[in-house]
Amino acid sequence: MRRFDLQRIALGLAAPVLALIVALLLSSIALQISGNPPLHAFKSMLDYGTDSGTIVQTLNKSTTYYLSALAVAIGFRMNLFNIGVDGQYQIAAFAAAVVGGWLITPGPITMIIVVLVAIVVGAFWAGIAAVLKATRGVSEVISTIMLNVIGGGIVAYLLDPKRLGTIIGSQQVSTRPMKADAYLPGIPLPGGDVYGFVVVAALAGLGYWVLLGRTRFGFDLRATGLSETAAVASGVQVKRMVVRTMLLSGAVAGLVGMPLLLGGSHAYASDFPTGYGFSGIAIALLGRNHPIGIAIGALLWSFLEQSAQILDLEGVPKEIVTIMQGVTVLSVVVAYELVRRFSLVQEQRRVGAELRAAAAAGEGSPA
Amino acid sequence: MTALAPAATDAPATRARPRVRAPWVLIAVAAVLVLVSIVRLITDANDITSSGTAGAALRLAVPIGMAGLGGLWAERAGVVNIGLEGQLILGTWFGAWGAYEFGAWWGVLAGIAGGALGGLVHAIATVTFGVDHIVSGVALNILGGGVTRFLSALIFTDTPGGGVTQSPSLPRIATVTAPGSGALRTLEEKHWFVVSDIAGLLGGVITQVSLLTIVAVVLVPVSYFLLWRTKFGLRLRACGEAPGAAESLGVNVYKMKYLAVIISGGFAGLGGAFLSEVATNIYREGQTNGRGYIGLAAMIFGNWRPGGLAVGSAIFGYTDALQLRSGGESMHALLLLLAIVLALLGAWSLWRRRRLQGIASLVVAAGALVWYLGSDTVPDEFVGFAPHITTLLVLALAAQRLRPPAADGKPYRRGEAG
Repeated sequence: MRRFDLQRIALGLAAPVLALIVALLLSSIALQISGNPPLHAFKSMLDYGTDSGTIVQTLNKSTTYYLSALAVAIGFRMNLFNIGVDGQYQIAAFAAAVVGGWLITPGPITMIIVVLVAIVVGAFWAGIAAVLKATRGVSEVISTIMLNVIGGGIVAYLLDPKRLGTIIGSQQVSTRPMKADAYLPGIPLPGGDVYGFVVVAALAGLGYWVLLGRTRFGFDLRATGLSETAAVASGVQVKRMVVRTMLLSGAVAGLVGMPLLLGGSHAYASDFPTGYGFSGIAIALLGRNHPIGIAIGALLWSFLEQSAQILDLEGVPKEIVTIMQGVTVLSVVVAYELVRRFSLVQEQRRVGAELRAAAAAGEGSPA
Repeated sequence: MTALAPAATDAPATRARPRVRAPWVLIAVAAVLVLVSIVRLITDANDITSSGTAGAALRLAVPIGMAGLGGLWAERAGVVNIGLEGQLILGTWFGAWGAYEFGAWWGVLAGIAGGALGGLVHAIATVTFGVDHIVSGVALNILGGGVTRFLSALIFTDTPGGGVTQSPSLPRIATVTAPGSGALRTLEEKHWFVVSDIAGLLGGVITQVSLLTIVAVVLVPVSYFLLWRTKFGLRLRACGEAPGAAESLGVNVYKMKYLAVIISGGFAGLGGAFLSEVATNIYREGQTNGRGYIGLAAMIFGNWRPGGLAVGSAIFGYTDALQLRSGGESMHALLLLLAIVLALLGAWSLWRRRRLQGIASLVVAAGALVWYLGSDTVPDEFVGFAPHITTLLVLALAAQRLRPPAADGKPYRRGEAG
């Protein structure tokens, strides 16, 4: 049995490693064709990426990505595709920033209220898709994508000097900045400060692990994802699970904008980054919905993005990294599928061999 | 994986929908026209049925319709293609590149090829390797954006007017105008009840129509014929309904699925090429703006059939077009239309004793009416996501009466028929 477990771990690692190799190979080909020596490009990425300043940026960005991927993974565990994390975190961060700008409470209380607002608004925005699915049978894939655009539009509408926005600096529209005592202090490293919110992200990962792996709710959730009919037979109310899971996913999605809002920008300006929700989908796939796998995936993802910043100076299109990311995701899902099939065949062989042995033993023994 | 399948647990959902008959379609169209005309007269928002709007609606409906047809081909063979967005993106880039390098029609071919390539990747992942269809599609969408960006950086940066995010301006595809366009224009400008509306809508879709638009429109009946009136189509649809049964009858299910998904990508690629070449005359990053997903929604709205899909695309194209044609004012007028339609729908539901549905419709109708009366125009940002709100509303109203192919999105392994 022990040997078998070792094999399982090896197989589990084989898939991402295989995928990374494929991604490196394909992007090397693309670089070579475009007339850039791949080894040189990779080396400068590695040099720049391991610079202490870049490491801090990588850590900061992966904190954000980690939360986004967790939100997606909660849905994935139940075969729910929350493609709408992008819209959920934007509208949540915006609402939180507006509230944060109004509040005159002491810093820590402001921070707690801001985070709570983000959670509630994120859950609410996901809840629309959940209700549409549970009551009207609308696919959450389509509805969350539509809600992304709608959410972005609403934020753009409200973020206007005539409404909730103010003009700061050079024509930049922003929400009213939060008071300085509500800035979440960072963790100092040689290259700069890491967002203090990284602690919350880690706790969220722990919470995810406990909730899904150690509670009745998590069991029901996973059971529904694996086999809806079996879950129904064991008394799970699927529609209710859909709503709850989606709300939970949206609540975590609400946190995605918090590291930046509390630790960096302290306001929601028109240049608040978008697209983290889509990175979250890819990272959740890379990390196989496992809290530690997701952490590794998030680090890898943001490492690729940060270290690619140097490529433009070297005259290499840094868009190569997006290809690398896309290929990695695609090949990682293929690799996981191959590994799954391989283990299935192994399992069948093992069981077959044991059955044959048992049968032979039965025949061999005197009746 | 049944993520795209509407819940089929409710009893009425499984009831087969009776075929819509031609007289009823005509009556419905006439009723909508009269209603729209009344709204136009009340609100003075002449652009809601102007020829300009109709022309723009047709132009914007084509990419959505092509994506929808792509979705139809794939899902009829049992493969959910959420990667349509990525294939659409590939189509816009390759279409622009082909047009810039070799000429307009070569661009169309290049766009189709680019989209089909995306389809091939999706087919390899889902059919051969059995990856979850949504997962593969999402990965493909990321990849599509990345590949085009990289290629732009490589090729378009050295061209006049081009750059990492856009191409140089592209050669145009010829347009044609049907005879009688001028007379319709005169009629339209009279602003008469119903007559001018018909003249405007009709005039818009026959004036300066791109040849590629005609090709695209023709592809809808062609798809219907191929899928429902040929042996090939029957076999392809069998793969989407009962792949095991198809296999037992000697159909090569893998081959069919491959073909369907590649064709699907080709359609999306054509839609993409149309977007960059005809609708805008330039490739610009992000110009698909989720139209692949909207196309998929149009197909679901159309109950996985070409005719319904075309109607869905037209609705989405129309709401999209209003953005360009005095959007705030037109959309404000449509609020009144929405209020009337929902009020009628609510009354109908109450009469049929579906109380919850009826009350919900009436409440939304009242909300739309209050909004209409309390304002003069709809903010631009809201006009921008009107197609997306429409998608949600339409799906919420229609999703439970639809029937996707039985094995849509389900994994299939060769030999499972036993």
